[in-house]
Amino acid sequence: MSATPHAGAAPRIATWNLNDLAEWDRRIREKAAGFGLDCYPQEFELCDHNGMLGYMAYSGMPSHYPHWSYGKSYEKLKTLYDHGVSGLPYEMVINSNPAIAYLMRDNSILLQVLTIAHVYGHNDFFKNNFTFKSTRAELTIEAFKAAAMRVRRYVEDPSIGVEQVERILDAAHALSWQCRRNLAIKKLTPLEQMARAEDAAQGQPDPFQKIHARKQIEAPDFHKVPLEPDEDLLLFIRDHNPFLADWERDLLTIVDEEAKYFISMMETKIMNEGWASYWHKKILESLELEQGLHLEFIVSHNQVVRPIPGQINPYHLGLKIWEDIYRRFTNPTAEEIKRDGPPVKSGAEKIFEVREVERDASFIRRYLTEDLMREMDIFEYEARGEELVVSKVADEEGWQEVKATLIKNVGTNSIPVLKVEDADFGQNRTLYVKHYHDGRDLHIEYAEKSLNYLQRLWGREVVLETVLDGKRSLLCSNDRGFSVRALK
Amino acid sequence: MSGGDTIFREYRISDAERSDRSAGDRLRHRQKVRESIRENIADIIAEESIIGKDKDRVIKVPLRGIKEYRFVFGDNAPGASQGDGDSRPGQVVGKTGKDRPGEGDEQAGDRPGVDYYETDVTLEELIEIMFEDLELPNLERRALREIQSDYSSRRKGYRKVGIRIRLDKRRTAKQRVMRMLASDKRNDAVARALEESKADRELDTEVEGESDEIALEEGRLDEEALAASTGAAFQRVHRRFPFHQDDLRYKHVEIDTKEESNAAVICIMDTSGSMDTMKKYLARSFFFLLYQFISTRYRNVEIVFIAHHTEASEVTEEEFFHKGESGGTFISSGYAKALEIIAARYHPSLWNLYAFHCSDGDNFDSDNPAALKDAEELAGICNLFGYGEIKPLGSRYYESSMLNVFRRIQAPNFHTVLIERKEDIWPSFKAFLAKDRVKEA
Repeated sequence: MSATPHAGAAPRIATWNLNDLAEWDRRIREKAAGFGLDCYPQEFELCDHNGMLGYMAYSGMPSHYPHWSYGKSYEKLKTLYDHGVSGLPYEMVINSNPAIAYLMRDNSILLQVLTIAHVYGHNDFFKNNFTFKSTRAELTIEAFKAAAMRVRRYVEDPSIGVEQVERILDAAHALSWQCRRNLAIKKLTPLEQMARAEDAAQGQPDPFQKIHARKQIEAPDFHKVPLEPDEDLLLFIRDHNPFLADWERDLLTIVDEEAKYFISMMETKIMNEGWASYWHKKILESLELEQGLHLEFIVSHNQVVRPIPGQINPYHLGLKIWEDIYRRFTNPTAEEIKRDGPPVKSGAEKIFEVREVERDASFIRRYLTEDLMREMDIFEYEARGEELVVSKVADEEGWQEVKATLIKNVGTNSIPVLKVEDADFGQNRTLYVKHYHDGRDLHIEYAEKSLNYLQRLWGREVVLETVLDGKRSLLCSNDRGFSVRALK
Repeated sequence: MSGGDTIFREYRISDAERSDRSAGDRLRHRQKVRESIRENIADIIAEESIIGKDKDRVIKVPLRGIKEYRFVFGDNAPGASQGDGDSRPGQVVGKTGKDRPGEGDEQAGDRPGVDYYETDVTLEELIEIMFEDLELPNLERRALREIQSDYSSRRKGYRKVGIRIRLDKRRTAKQRVMRMLASDKRNDAVARALEESKADRELDTEVEGESDEIALEEGRLDEEALAASTGAAFQRVHRRFPFHQDDLRYKHVEIDTKEESNAAVICIMDTSGSMDTMKKYLARSFFFLLYQFISTRYRNVEIVFIAHHTEASEVTEEEFFHKGESGGTFISSGYAKALEIIAARYHPSLWNLYAFHCSDGDNFDSDNPAALKDAEELAGICNLFGYGEIKPLGSRYYESSMLNVFRRIQAPNFHTVLIERKEDIWPSFKAFLAKDRVKEA
């Protein structure tokens, strides 16, 4: 799903009908195909603002399982909308085959045309970016629908009921992002992990083994669970807590699958929005709009891709980088040729290649240049006391660190990495989880509550190793409550 | 581009209405909000004026209950964002704990969101939740919620005696016809009666107006119907068939009995030392119940707040619950002030007086005799006078208490209660009211 922000505009009387839309759509698809975009079939659904709020609350899914948190986000969105704090998106697209997008009925014909063009950008990205290879687009809608039906059945089952279902879902939601980030990397089965451990224990072949002492081979411990640290918290609990009922396991699976669907979205937000904005611009410029429409297009386009001081607007940042890549491979400055050598590909070839193989973190690392950062005035800020203060700016000595910080905050890099290290710690089924600390401490209040949820699902004591204020610490959650103690 | 045409689905109202799946989730969320309010009701009531206020008033209640937790980074994680083109190190760009810059609305789970929002609750809803919290029985809840502020009457059937103005002409005429039909002179009498239905008018000389006309007309129609149904022919027979005393029917009206009189509720509280949330909650809800109850019985209820430490003064409800004075206490000062206000504004012959004093039981021993004397005097002129000692559990062992001192008061309408926890409110309230004596006018 993706959504374009839009400063709340007054509802207008639409002066178009479905035939107009179909006609514009035909022309837009022609252009898109000419530019080389490769899309799934597309479906558009018209809705009013209430429908749009509903879709937003459920991330655009036509069917979704019930949970109070979606009611909460609906209320929140509605409050913001009613008070004019935020407008509604022009569009929402979900990654499915056929792709589904929603159009606001009250929008003018120009906004509809702009949205349709934007949607084809997303559509092409979903179909071709490697991050989405593991999401089975043709099954998306059905999978969500089936999950929704199963959860409803559990809620209606008198032996389970809404309270019990919520108990599990609340906990699962708190842990759902704690899963594998790069779904393109295959997860090994326990047997394959054993083989790998064995290989590692053999050590490297040593051509000089005749002349120095044999290294002692440590036999790997095949009784350890898990053999290798496991990032999929929900799935690990599902597979290793024998006291869970089938419906509880099912709920954990459902929440995990949905999280993985959205992880791909999260991982590519900047690229994806940038890509869609890049193409809606190209397409609308090639449509030879009459003057009135063209002016409206410029205004709306600039509203979407404007920089927002104090934030990172993914539409703005993404579009800037795409345009810069195209320029550098089409029309580089003398300085750039001196630095990078002459381009070996055309700009068009290059951007299509990049859209296939990168995700936000690598996209920024490889293609956000020092010049561009300076132009956009990207800075790093830190907390000092009660205030957030600019700590580094994109100048000669600071830009690389600012960039590293930016990369740390895109996609799943903004989620702490937690892995299950041992499911039988101290031989009493205590679950030992380790936070892979990268200089950023956990928010302690949130950690406490989330760890309690983990304990609820695991059913026995859980401990979390982390670093707080430079000291190794162990957070514990068990029947007696929550505690923190320092580790040596 | 793949083949196949793009599908456009037209918006249909029926779809939108049918597929509002968010309704159930919103309802569930609202239930959770309500639970959250209930958990914090003591804090809310402690800070909100509720006594004698408009029930429809909307109160903003901060909610902190419904956070969605995840593992996220804390404040020592630097962020990156875009400036306005001229950022310098050292510039302040925001506050911690608030939404940090760089936080898009869709970047799931990367920062602890400020999950703090307000919800609107009507005072009525809040009071309902408070009743739940105090475990009030349902019957009493309904009674206490409805303040009947006006004189009202209900119709209750018909009687044979009454005042002229309540004469029900239609029924009276019907009675006459029935009597006529029952008599032997039926046929001619019917016709006669029809002609003479005008005689009805002689019945009411005082009341004039359209309604009479209508009533008479109706009465006549009824007669016709009756006559027709008996198959009587309409012959003009000149014989009188006058109304009889027994035909008269009067509307009977019952007046809702309400003591048509004035009441004053006098709330006295010592504000020495600090009132913590629990004490405020207990005192406020007790005073509130008292006020609501008195309002169900008297038409005109006035309320007076007297705050005292070593001196007493009349204050507003807000001040009453938010004054924290340090220092000692002279309970008698509060009572003296109450007597003074009663003397000035609420003469006991015109007003039903209800006084209640909440305290934590601290008093200078030297003041006890004076306090006793004033308390007896108050009990003498009030319908009901009570002393409530509010000691949240755990505090009563090392503090003094006035309960023993007041034991010496013999007045039958004086009552002391000890409130240690919110569950005590309702039983002690009931025990207090049991002593109510309605004064003879």
